[in-house]
Amino acid sequence: MTVQEITQALGLEVLSAGNPDASVEGCYICDLLSLAMSKVSEHDAWITVQTNINIVAIAVLTELSCVIIAEKMQVDESVLEKAREENVAVLRSDKSAFEIAMEIGNRL
Amino acid sequence: MADNVFRLHYDIDGEDFSVAGEASSKIKKTLKQLGVDPQIMRKVAVATYEGEINMVIHANGGTIDVEISPENIVMILKDNGPGIPDINLAMQEGYSTATEQVRELGFGAGMGLPNMKKYTDEMTVDSRLGEGTTITMIVRTNL
Repeated sequence: MTVQEITQALGLEVLSAGNPDASVEGCYICDLLSLAMSKVSEHDAWITVQTNINIVAIAVLTELSCVIIAEKMQVDESVLEKAREENVAVLRSDKSAFEIAMEIGNRL
Repeated sequence: MADNVFRLHYDIDGEDFSVAGEASSKIKKTLKQLGVDPQIMRKVAVATYEGEINMVIHANGGTIDVEISPENIVMILKDNGPGIPDINLAMQEGYSTATEQVRELGFGAGMGLPNMKKYTDEMTVDSRLGEGTTITMIVRTNL
């Protein structure tokens, strides 16, 4: 599936578009940045409640498909500006990380 | 003989989380342009990112020098921070001296140095109390 297809299927809010055509082949859920940095795979959707600017660095370094912010956590505009500048997709849901992962998993 | 070593140098700003990771991102982009294998790139990215974050959290910044040659990628991270009192303890996964504020940002899990060791082929830590720390890491590219 592509980032765009997942966005539509799950009704996600697009905070930063990134590359909507990037493929999503899996999910990784974690709020510890060191773990995410070393474990996220290139075609993963990373589900987290972390919203500080370092999530953009993790996304750039791992070349993941998209970041999905769970639980409708607030994201600073400065973080989103950076995400847009780096072409990182940041999406948001009011659901829990588990619910989001289940919905993605059911479609892969 | 031609010098076929590609060198990069970055100054890391201390205590500024808004730019933390930028040097690592730039290093990764350069490696990509040079056509370095993705797995090697990932190892270097993890190692430099953890090192960069450590410098911001603990050492008020520092420098990162990277030497890319056909045989290996050498990363030298140097800071003038407080130094590491007990390197063996600092190398233990889960041990951290990061503040609560830093932990809330998703860091301080005590994985920085262990990750740097895990993702590189060689790592040496030279730390002097009150003077600073120099970490040299090597990732071999001729697999």
